[in-house]
Amino acid sequence: MIKLNVNGRAQNVDVEPEMPLLWVLRDELKLAGTKYGCGIAQCGACTVHVDGQAVRSCVTPVGSLAGKKVVTIEGLGARGLTRVQQAWLEHEVPQCGYCQVGMIMAATALLEKKSKPTDADIDAAMTNLCRCGTYARVRKAIHAAAGTQVAASPEPVLLPNGQKA
Amino acid sequence: MNIAIDRREFLKAGAAVGGGLALEFSIAGAALAQAQGATAPEVTHWILIYPDDRVVIRIARSEMGQGSLTGLAQLVAEELDCDWANVSTEFVSPNEHIKRKRIWGSMSTGGSAGVRTSQEYLRKSGASARTMLVSAAATQWEVPSAECSASAGVITHGPSGRKVTYGKVAAAANKLETPKDVPLRDPKDWKIAGKSMKRLEMPDKVAGKPIYGVDVQLPNMLHASIVQSPVFLGKVKGVDSKAADKMRGVKGIVKGDGGVAVVADNCWRSNQAAKALKIDWDEGSNGAVSSDTITALFKEGLDAKDLPTARKTGDVPAALATAAKVVEAEYASPYLSHATMEPMTSTAWFKQDGTLDVWTSTQNGEASIAAAAEAAGLPLEQVEVHKAMLGGGFGRRGAPQDYVKQSVAIAKQFPGRPVKLIWSREEDMQHGFYRPASRARMKAGLDAQGNMVAMHTVIACPSILALLRPEGIDKGIDSTAVRTFNDSPYTTPNQLVEYAMRNPHVPVGFWRAPGLQNSFYRESFIDEVAHAAGKDPLEFRLAMLKPGDKNRLVLEAAARVAGWGSPLPAGVYRGLAQSDGFGSYTAMVAEVSVNEGRINVHRVVFAIDSGYVVNPDACRAQAEGNVIFCLGQFYEGHTLKDGRIQESNFHDFRIPHIQEMPRVETVLVPTGGFWGGHGEPGALNVVPAVCNAVFAATGKRIRSLPLKDNDVRNA
Ligand code: FES
Ligand code: FES
Repeated sequence: MIKLNVNGRAQNVDVEPEMPLLWVLRDELKLAGTKYGCGIAQCGACTVHVDGQAVRSCVTPVGSLAGKKVVTIEGLGARGLTRVQQAWLEHEVPQCGYCQVGMIMAATALLEKKSKPTDADIDAAMTNLCRCGTYARVRKAIHAAAGTQVAASPEPVLLPNGQKA
Repeated sequence: MNIAIDRREFLKAGAAVGGGLALEFSIAGAALAQAQGATAPEVTHWILIYPDDRVVIRIARSEMGQGSLTGLAQLVAEELDCDWANVSTEFVSPNEHIKRKRIWGSMSTGGSAGVRTSQEYLRKSGASARTMLVSAAATQWEVPSAECSASAGVITHGPSGRKVTYGKVAAAANKLETPKDVPLRDPKDWKIAGKSMKRLEMPDKVAGKPIYGVDVQLPNMLHASIVQSPVFLGKVKGVDSKAADKMRGVKGIVKGDGGVAVVADNCWRSNQAAKALKIDWDEGSNGAVSSDTITALFKEGLDAKDLPTARKTGDVPAALATAAKVVEAEYASPYLSHATMEPMTSTAWFKQDGTLDVWTSTQNGEASIAAAAEAAGLPLEQVEVHKAMLGGGFGRRGAPQDYVKQSVAIAKQFPGRPVKLIWSREEDMQHGFYRPASRARMKAGLDAQGNMVAMHTVIACPSILALLRPEGIDKGIDSTAVRTFNDSPYTTPNQLVEYAMRNPHVPVGFWRAPGLQNSFYRESFIDEVAHAAGKDPLEFRLAMLKPGDKNRLVLEAAARVAGWGSPLPAGVYRGLAQSDGFGSYTAMVAEVSVNEGRINVHRVVFAIDSGYVVNPDACRAQAEGNVIFCLGQFYEGHTLKDGRIQESNFHDFRIPHIQEMPRVETVLVPTGGFWGGHGEPGALNVVPAVCNAVFAATGKRIRSLPLKDNDVRNA
């Protein structure tokens, strides 16, 4: 039995210590919000927090987590949406949405460390991959959640001759 | 790549255990509507209205991030004239669809066609439902319908001022005939459609709800991993599963024709055991195929005589022979993975009553139910497909349905137990239906004034249709291989387009904007010809577009917003391209700088005329997504060696990161009178616009991708 603390709850799981946290969350604890994208720490879809740090759960053996606190998307928004999630909604960030849980977890950890991240901070911290291409809105939503003033991003221009937005 | 798993060769399976019916997985929308108990009458087959005025709009197409779930609902709600705040959606059940004789039309979600091919019958359903609700209210009040009007979900009797909400008369409306020929609103008067409504599934996505195919959780569920022949079309000769059999949680090994699956009690365990299999493959002769042999095949195609002709106007050989100047170039593109962030996945459950349930991320519910029924050997009526949200599609989850067939074949060995198949990223990347690699040779003739008088194009390209829709091939021509050339709007009097269909064993499929490599070829080459003629690339193109051509309109719009011709910061250069496709007309201007061989894209201006715009913000999101998706082509590209794809994951098939995202300005120019798409048109011009800007910056022409094959350092 491996003892875990997930989203503030003590959990015992009967799994091999080398099983990555990702699969313990998804298949054993049925917390499917955390996603599999690559399994080799390349995409960030599996990002969770371990003691407040953004961690890629696909390469984190569950046996290494004794005494640590794991937070997943299900625990993040347990008391309603966080300001990061609200910014995500406000700016309509997701397209397919598959990468977005990882994005939100990474952005939340970034904002814990740096309350007003610069664009360079965002580039460095947000190494998550999004195939749909939501990056412009991810950046905008992080700045919005941080309360930083950002240059308005381009609104769609509607030329005459068609209906208005 | 037909992996029909041979069920007779099933080696070992866990005992079948009957499952309960509790569903721990939420299919967005559908779950919501049903969970709330009360039944709702249908008012037309697209709309359910609850007594408390909640409106559920049925969606036959799929949602893969493109936003049409919301757009389609907006079109229905617009004509229904209900309160948008009361609207939710549910996916049409493919099984119901079969039983009701395909009453909901096409379920296919591709070709940027969701809105444009269903808008008319959806809007009519909304208008019909509104008419029925009004007449139900009028009957109740015993007044003429003409004295009643409806707005925002409330029906009002003008003379008396009496009011009733839709929910109160829906049951009566359900009993009425659906009127034919209802008038539709002029888009100028739209109140719900045409607006940037928030996308309906966003709250679930932001909260991390389990809404995707990979998230299915069912009682007693097993997990499957698959290993497919590394050489496409290879066969399993033998399997040594001694090591895998002994691994914890392994319930069985299913051996198929072209692959082997391991079934276990946890996805990681099935995947570990799959890695422990020792499989002996019969690779056949394809084991000798490499990128070089494929290139040689394409080059042979370009030189072949008597090729099928996709377009012939005027006399190209004569015009080239008398041209003042001839420009010639050869371009090439590699195979590309879709690389959806959610890998291929499907869950199948043979129930004890002889029916089969499948949960999957699909771009076509009907194709999935057909594939599942075929693999199960069951009539369609005994199969149900539960459509999940897609973690990306881009064409991979439409026609092939390979993963659905596999999951059904695997689950058939575990009757009574659901089995969820998730492909590893490695399987996903190495067993795709790739954007075809191709090669094109173009030759243009200029007259003494620098006008293009002739253009000859030969394209060597694998045929998507030959593999996935053979009946679509017309006289040896696959339209997806020759598009942009066979339908070029340029008025060049002499045009000849020839097609060399060359099909290596690599499976090809519809990849966002199928045929988009031809926009790279044509629009880069036109830029070459413009420079050879000593003309401005914008002026050169405009001179070849008829007045009133919508291509011309968007080209002018993009140039105007981008400030074509105006000064730029030092080191920044512009390039442009224009293409039409998927019902829309598009043009793009890219602003680029090149430093030490590194291309930086600063700003992209994208103009599109799609006739109408149903949700401007969703269209803008598609433009942004298309731009960065296609910038990936500068470094993505599959290579083949020993008959197999070399790249296996995101470390060697790099997709764009956040710092590469340029500023994208979307210019919507909806001129009305036709309906065009948005999911793909934005993909067409990205590569050529950037390549043309790189030429402006460096004098270097990029004629093949990925970029590593080119040197773009400033000369
Ligand atoms: S799944 Fe963990 S980084 Fe991709
Ligand atoms: S929103 Fe689809 S992968 Fe990011």
